[in-house]
Amino acid sequence: MKTSILHDVSELPTYGFGTRMTMAWGTMAFILIEGTGFAIAAAAYFYLAWLNPEWPLSAAPPGLLWSGLITLLMLVSLWPNQRAKARAEEHNLPAVQLHLLVMSAIGLGLLALRAAEFATLHVKWDANAYGSFVWLLLGLHTTHLATDVIDTIVLTALMFTRHAHGKRFSDVTDNAFYWYFVVASWLPIYFILYWTTRL
Amino acid sequence: MSEASVRPAKDVRDTQLDAAELHARLARTWGSGRGLLAALSTVDHKIIGRRYIVTAFLFLFLAGLSAVAMRLQLARPESALMGPDLYNQLFTMHGTTMMFLFAVPVMEAFAVYLVPLMVGTRNIAFPRLNAFSYYVYVFGGLMLWVAFALNIGPDTGWFAYVPLSGPENSPGKRVDFWAQMITFTEVAALAVSVEIITTVFKQRAPGMTLDRLPLSVWTQLVTAFVVIFAMPAVMLASTMLILDRLVETHFFNPAEGGDALLWQHMFWFFGHPEVYIIFLPATGFVSSIVVTFSRRPMFGYLPMVLSVISVGFLSFGLWVHHMFTAGVPQLGASFFTGASMLIAIPNGVQIFCWIATLWDGKPVFRTPLLFALGFIVIFVIGGLTGVMVASVPIDTQVHDTYFVVAHFHYVLIGGAVFPLLGAVYYWFPKLTGRMMSERLGTWHFWLAFVSFNVAFFPMHILGLQGMPRRVYAYQAEMGWGPLNLLVTIGAAFFFLSFVLFLWNAVTSLRAGAPAGDNPWDAGTLEWATSSPPSPQNFDRIPFVTHREPLWAQRDALTVVAGLAVDHREVLVTSVTEARPDLRETSPAPSIWPFVSAIAVGATFIASIFTPWGVVWGAAPVGVALICWFWPKGAPEDEE
Amino acid sequence: MRSPRHAVVVAASLALAGCEGWQSSLDPKGPHASAIHDLFWFFTAVCALVWALVVLALAWALWRRRGLRPDPLSIQGGRERRLTIVVSTLVALTGVTLIGLTIASYASQRRLFGPQEARLTIRITGHQWWWDAVYEDPDPQRTFSTANEIHVPVNQPVLLKLEASDVIHSLWVPSLAGKQDLIPGRQNLLTIQADRAGVYRGQCAEFCGWQHAHMGFLVVAQPQQDFDAWRNQQIVARAPPDDELRKQGEGVFLSSTCVTCHTVRGAGAGGRVGPDLTHVGGRQYIAAGALRMSAEALAAWIVDPQGVKPGVHMPATPLRPDQVQPLAAYLEGLK
Repeated sequence: MKTSILHDVSELPTYGFGTRMTMAWGTMAFILIEGTGFAIAAAAYFYLAWLNPEWPLSAAPPGLLWSGLITLLMLVSLWPNQRAKARAEEHNLPAVQLHLLVMSAIGLGLLALRAAEFATLHVKWDANAYGSFVWLLLGLHTTHLATDVIDTIVLTALMFTRHAHGKRFSDVTDNAFYWYFVVASWLPIYFILYWTTRL
Repeated sequence: MSEASVRPAKDVRDTQLDAAELHARLARTWGSGRGLLAALSTVDHKIIGRRYIVTAFLFLFLAGLSAVAMRLQLARPESALMGPDLYNQLFTMHGTTMMFLFAVPVMEAFAVYLVPLMVGTRNIAFPRLNAFSYYVYVFGGLMLWVAFALNIGPDTGWFAYVPLSGPENSPGKRVDFWAQMITFTEVAALAVSVEIITTVFKQRAPGMTLDRLPLSVWTQLVTAFVVIFAMPAVMLASTMLILDRLVETHFFNPAEGGDALLWQHMFWFFGHPEVYIIFLPATGFVSSIVVTFSRRPMFGYLPMVLSVISVGFLSFGLWVHHMFTAGVPQLGASFFTGASMLIAIPNGVQIFCWIATLWDGKPVFRTPLLFALGFIVIFVIGGLTGVMVASVPIDTQVHDTYFVVAHFHYVLIGGAVFPLLGAVYYWFPKLTGRMMSERLGTWHFWLAFVSFNVAFFPMHILGLQGMPRRVYAYQAEMGWGPLNLLVTIGAAFFFLSFVLFLWNAVTSLRAGAPAGDNPWDAGTLEWATSSPPSPQNFDRIPFVTHREPLWAQRDALTVVAGLAVDHREVLVTSVTEARPDLRETSPAPSIWPFVSAIAVGATFIASIFTPWGVVWGAAPVGVALICWFWPKGAPEDEE
Repeated sequence: MRSPRHAVVVAASLALAGCEGWQSSLDPKGPHASAIHDLFWFFTAVCALVWALVVLALAWALWRRRGLRPDPLSIQGGRERRLTIVVSTLVALTGVTLIGLTIASYASQRRLFGPQEARLTIRITGHQWWWDAVYEDPDPQRTFSTANEIHVPVNQPVLLKLEASDVIHSLWVPSLAGKQDLIPGRQNLLTIQADRAGVYRGQCAEFCGWQHAHMGFLVVAQPQQDFDAWRNQQIVARAPPDDELRKQGEGVFLSSTCVTCHTVRGAGAGGRVGPDLTHVGGRQYIAAGALRMSAEALAAWIVDPQGVKPGVHMPATPLRPDQVQPLAAYLEGLK
């Protein structure tokens, strides 16, 4: 088919930040998928809580120590996470490296706290349906946590190699964006598992 | 824009080359190479899409064969052809394969192939994820059918209701294969949805504002969102089922605080939207076909778009109508009756708009249009019986009978398979460069249309006469023999119609008439490129000024220039207005998606046998994924 | 278009031939089934009309005479407006039709599932693959259990309490009422009523495993006094066998593995796993509708249950050949 050139795009940049990039839309779509998964798991939990005359069946709700520390550390992590994102948008490599190191350390710390949490739960997954759900919800969230921590560590390593320029800064902001989801999805789960049974 | 806009010195732009050289160099840049490794590394959406389509049709034939086997068993009362063990596996394999391995994948396959062409871009967004999704899908399907071949196929139905599918009533591994197959195929489907959403939102050709988006692409976009909201429910449910079976959790065990109906709620929260995940893309095919063969633009483009969107929303308000006889509260049931009735309105809007388009246009009766018309005639019956089963009192009689079997085959075959067959006839020239035989196509259509009705219409009556679904035998004194024989005869001829179709496809592939770029004189962008399209899809990205660009610009298509030639670059545009914004690099071929799919597949399969499979599998999966994403130093990775 | 229509005609005539069925929603014999039957035909009539109109409109759209259309993009404003009006009207009419159907459905639903008085309550438990029926009575002495065949008085609403022991089943007697699921861990209620004396067949409607196809069920509707007589006879223990063969058969029954699963009240057998056999000889079928009751059928079933219903949970009973006939005669005599 014959064509006629109407417009020249040579001067367009090869990357940008946020929703200008395709990657951000992929991340948002995955967040939507995973968020739906969390919402359905929570709905199923409440369905059983409503169906059973007693809830949490014959188990005590999980303790507040480790989960409290996790929640606190997650909230604290928002600050270095935001810094990493902002510095990346400025292409400030040393600052990005620093904040990514901090975020990697926080991530590993959270995984350690989560391990402690699992070890001290009062109820096992095979005790009753309540126990099954506690493990399911925590397990789902831990999967997301671990995924993003690994992603952060790999990205941190990457930012110390020769690849640390250009579009990689956009990847850093994307990773930071996903971390917000990890934190945001934790808060309702924390409330459901640790507080709805106490209120 | 700091360093981003600084152009590397060796970067060749398409403005510097003449047409022939530009075409050749782009084809080299976007080509997939030769050899097995290249074949497994390709990220070309057309190659992946083609494989997806062929694989899905392969599963269609397997599922069709299992249906024929069932029909032979039911042709007469108390038939001794097979026992309940085989029969139950067959209907489980039939339903599971049709829904999870054929209907959803084939619609996504068409999306993978067509959407990038229709929106005028060079590859799908996240092409490596796309390759990964295909391999995961193939492994899931293979696993299920290998299990069946080894006589450990699942036998609790495609819906796998607990407690029948639970650890006590289904020992062994049959149900685990089913549940993990769900995980495989849903991972694949979700991945494609992410790609489609991103491609449609960010990679449309400049000027293709949202109100110039082809209706077919709209349906794929809405479907992708429905997939995103529906599929997590069944993935979660099947995971919970596996956990109940494998590590003794109690999600569905009423003795320990769980509940059997929880499964049904989760399954149908996915299962009803599933019907629309299959049906919506099919309506997109119909829209494309009706417009092209009516020789006029769609009447009521905006109402069509709104209908598709509202069907997407409403599809989430219907799931309980699968549970009217399970003892749900009457008030709740009434709500779902209302919602189920309501969804008939947007579907009605679509039917009326197609008919209005045909009325005002000048219909050209070619095979694709025949299938679109057959779709309207058959699907309306299915839709109307859908209105009937939405009524709680009527449903208590017809639920789980052959009436419902008839109903949803009218919906799914009439509503999805007929449009799909039309779509194959319509886009076959684009995929292969050759036309399918019009004469065989006409024969195929009439054989399929007649035999379909012979096979499925009597099922309505059988259901009303009291014949339940999923029975491997019935007694002569029930009086269902003659109609069942008629159904079997119809089914055999319906199967034959697919053999005829296959014959047509194979012979046309070898010796069909050459198609040219735009054999139907259609108006959308996929017809602006060669048939089959070269690896880069378009030598220059079109600049869209009309909803039917090829009808509006018959002399010369407006295009943009300035993209890189020596590495893979796609034009990224703004979400609503499609204004050019970035020249993003598109990932090059890579073997790692294939390796990752193997690692993920091995992990899923291992997890059927031991929960530690997940732990052992995590390491290889992680390594493969890191290799996938780690930059290789190629220019496209460094941009 | 000739052949499909022809097929429909053939199908319809075949359908009518099978219509006198005892398990057919097209042949209602109770108020619930009748109400659904009427609603069903109302919906069917409306839907058939809608379908016919759509197909006519489509045919007109395809074959109407029209002028040339050289450029697909040439749209006439006036025609477009008229089409808009027509299509909008059709959508509105669709809405009105749907509202009408919905109201009809709701009204029927209220009548059918509203609170109902029932003087007779039967608790039915679904098992793979048979039905246990317990006739409840405030007096425990008058409570009894039977299987796969229930008797009900004509013109009386009967409340069925539905439970399941293993997997989900669904109780469906199409001539009398719509179906209702039996779900482990839950109890569902269903009211049935027969307007005419007769035998109505039902069948499990929810897939429940290997022998889902052979999980039949009879409802025998009788005039009140016949029903009372039947009930009083079911309550009492079995009558001692009155001939030599059957006496011998009872001996075989009590000394074999039968008693681990089956009850025969009065004979000292109290197994609770399988159906209560106290009055099994009075039932029309055995093995949940799989075989008509006869001594021969009983013998075949006992010797080789897997041959009759593959996958059934009842094991083959190891018997000497000379034990089979007395046992079958004994069971057949338990009227």
